[in-house]
Amino acid sequence: MTSATPVSVPTDATARPSPQSPAAAPRAPKASGSARRRELGACGVLMTPFFALLATVFLIPVATAVHLSFFSDDQPGLGFGPERTVFAGLRNYAAVLADPTFLGGLGVVALYCVVYIPLMVTGALVLALLLDSGVVRLRGTVQLALFLPHAVPGIIAALIWLYLYTPGISPVIELLGRADITIDFLGVHTVLPSIVNIALWSNLGYNMVVFYAALQAVPREVIEASVVDGAGPVRTALQVKAPLVRSSIVMVAMFTLIFALQLFTEPMLLSQSTPMINSRFSPSMYIYDAAFTRNNYGLAAAASVILLLCTIALSYGVTRWTNRANAAEEGAR
Amino acid sequence: MSASTLSRPASPLRPRLLGRSVVNLVVFVSVLYTLLPVLWLVLASAKNRDALFSSDFLSLTDFSFVQNMKDLFAMDGGLYGRWYGNSLLYAVLGAALGALISIACGYAFDKYRFAHKEKLFGLVLAAVMVPQTVLALPLYLMASSAGLVNTFWAVFIPVLFNPFGVYLGRIFSQGYVPDEVLEAARMDGAGELAAYFRVALRMLGPGLVTIFLFQLTAIWNNFFLPMVMLSDQDLYPVSLGLYSWNSSASVSPEYYPVVIMGSLLAVVPLILAFALLQRFWRSGLTAGAVK
Repeated sequence: MTSATPVSVPTDATARPSPQSPAAAPRAPKASGSARRRELGACGVLMTPFFALLATVFLIPVATAVHLSFFSDDQPGLGFGPERTVFAGLRNYAAVLADPTFLGGLGVVALYCVVYIPLMVTGALVLALLLDSGVVRLRGTVQLALFLPHAVPGIIAALIWLYLYTPGISPVIELLGRADITIDFLGVHTVLPSIVNIALWSNLGYNMVVFYAALQAVPREVIEASVVDGAGPVRTALQVKAPLVRSSIVMVAMFTLIFALQLFTEPMLLSQSTPMINSRFSPSMYIYDAAFTRNNYGLAAAASVILLLCTIALSYGVTRWTNRANAAEEGAR
Repeated sequence: MSASTLSRPASPLRPRLLGRSVVNLVVFVSVLYTLLPVLWLVLASAKNRDALFSSDFLSLTDFSFVQNMKDLFAMDGGLYGRWYGNSLLYAVLGAALGALISIACGYAFDKYRFAHKEKLFGLVLAAVMVPQTVLALPLYLMASSAGLVNTFWAVFIPVLFNPFGVYLGRIFSQGYVPDEVLEAARMDGAGELAAYFRVALRMLGPGLVTIFLFQLTAIWNNFFLPMVMLSDQDLYPVSLGLYSWNSSASVSPEYYPVVIMGSLLAVVPLILAFALLQRFWRSGLTAGAVK
């Protein structure tokens, strides 16, 4: 449940240290039975707290959500008498999928992903490559400055930018006004780019640091070899370095995608100030609205399961696609 | 430029210099992009309400930083101090406990062999990508039937769960705790748990700090769960409190300066944590990438 920070990938999945022994079994194979039992006992003690949490705050809730999505509350007669919970089959799903506000929310998130993810990944990668090129001054300071927004909580990042989007308070709008430019940052066509900007500002530096750490791990000989071959710095960066950190790129893209699908905090805050964001702007807001404003648990659960399935399908798609790309690469060699 | 007067034929020096300045310019603009909004927050926190809405933003004539600070802690009977304490409690205690739980599990995944280990690990990884919003309603209903809605525990227990910490813990355990060291501890007659708590955990220190820091950030950021679980303002964390004040601000503008000052103060603990623990999380960040 503590996944509020977008992209928490400090390490590169494929660059992790290789285990010393295949199954990481420290014991000699012919460990005695009692030693084995002691090991399993210790293993159980170390794992139990985590798996107890996993069961209570993950497995049971997911199962409950699936269960709830097949039931609905029926008001007998004219709404008098006690509510009955009845099996609804796929009716909740049909209701969600036929609801234009939910489909609209899916559309908004799809558009958001299409704009935000490429911008984020290329932006962070380009900055990391520039820092890695060795011509940037004050590299340490620059890195810390770019990383700073990561220490600003999401809701506060949204607050800062909301004020920077608000006429009367914002020095940005003031300055643009002096140049005779008027932009309504919270208008019908600008509100989504404005949200993208908040997310980009919050996470760009963090992902840059992830890429930079991966680039630092690229063996220097590889880069020297490409320089000897006559490749300029730009070609070295794009054709040698970038492909070598591809697994980090996939990781960052994947986490950015997973968190982008959950879009909630920023639009929720901005909705306090603009009518362009309604209470069902994104699927997550739709779920919140259905569950806690309309108290329609079945509907909210069905929408949750659909969002979950979308997340799984997209993550699976990304993994499959990169695996195939990797295989093609291997084959080409 | 003097470089062009050198007699080297078609020297790449000039394009290099041009390239250098373009690169530095791009990086400089990005730094401005990340820093200026924070700088705005600092400047705005020193302004009273009228100055906030006035046009000459950079004038410091109405310096009221101290007054804003006093207003912030006096607003609504000192609620902000309450929220701040709550956030610290949720985040520091939650991250410390959560990191210990995760790293123990990650260590066990690394060092022990048992049936269906990789399938179980796959389950942990799957938990990383399940959206919070999917879990919120069932968690609310569960907390409700346990009588925990609108209590400290409704927020505190779920935030302890950090599957990504287990993933990191496993990597750190592979990198930092050599099997030989454990073997030596066993030779000395130490039990399995003693070997973990006395030997391995110490070696996992930097990894533990890294996981702690990530979890601290996540809990300090947490907004959705408290919003679902809590209705008593006295239990709010800072994030939810500022959200509710900001919604009041559109009606009663006297909230604007306190929301801005409150935001500034809410940023401080994480910046402090990242600055003070820099040595650890930097090594934690690169440990996985370099080895």
